Amino acid sequence: MLHIVNKSPFENTTLASCLRVVCKGGGGALLLIEDGVYAATKNSVAGNAVHDVMGDIQVYALWPDVEARGIQDRVLEGVKMVDYGGFVDLVVEHSNVQSWL
Amino acid sequence: MNETTGGIEDDEGSGIVKKFMFVNRKAPYGTIYALEGLEVVLISAAFDQDVSMAFLDDGVYQLVKGQHTKALAVKNFSPTYRALEGYDIEKLYVERESLEMRGLNADDLLVPVEVLSSAAMGDLMKTQDVVIGF
Repeated sequence: MLHIVNKSPFENTTLASCLRVVCKGGGGALLLIEDGVYAATKNSVAGNAVHDVMGDIQVYALWPDVEARGIQDRVLEGVKMVDYGGFVDLVVEHSNVQSWL
Repeated sequence: MNETTGGIEDDEGSGIVKKFMFVNRKAPYGTIYALEGLEVVLISAAFDQDVSMAFLDDGVYQLVKGQHTKALAVKNFSPTYRALEGYDIEKLYVERESLEMRGLNADDLLVPVEVLSSAAMGDLMKTQDVVIGF
C-alpha cells in the first residue's frame, strides 16, 4: 500500500497518524509531497520519526517539492527521490493508495 | 487500483464489487470534510459496493453522542451515522489510540462500532481496493 502525506509534520499530526497506522501494519511505502517533504529532512524531529520507520517501509519524496523548498542538501539518507513520472509509477505499482488529507 | 478512477467507471454495471474504505480524520463542524465525506458514503451505497468507514484522529469526534447544533445554526448530521445501517453500511471502525488520546471510549459513541488497534487498522486498510480520505 502507498501512503501519501502532503502536510508539514510541524504544524499537523497527519504524518504521525500515518506512521502510527502504517508501521505497525508493516510493509508498504510512504511518499512525501508538498509541505510533507519537510519530514524528509535530517536532524529534525519529524525526520527522526521517518528515519525510525525506514526499516519497515520505503520512503520517497517528490523531488520538485524538495528542490523548490531548498532542502535538497538536508534530505535523510535512504529517502528516494521521485519525479512526477516516478509518482505515477508508485501509484501503479501498489495495489492501493491512501492520500492522507 | 487507485483512488483517481475509484473503480467506478470501469465497473459500472459490471457487477464487480470492490472494497471501499472511507477514512474520516476531521472533527465534524470546524470544516466541511466530515459532512461531505458522509454525503459521499451515502452516494456510494447506491453503487452496491462493499463500503466501510474508518474513524481516526479528530474523526472520532464525528461519532460522539449528544451533539446539539441548534445554537450554531448548522445541520446536526450526527443522527445520519445511525441511519447508515439502513443503507447496508454496517462496517464502522474506530482506532483505539485516537479514542484514548481524546479521553473517549466506545460507550461515548452514538453508534455501535468495532474498535481496532492502529496495527489492525493498518492491516484492514491494506486489504481495500480503494481508500478515500476525508
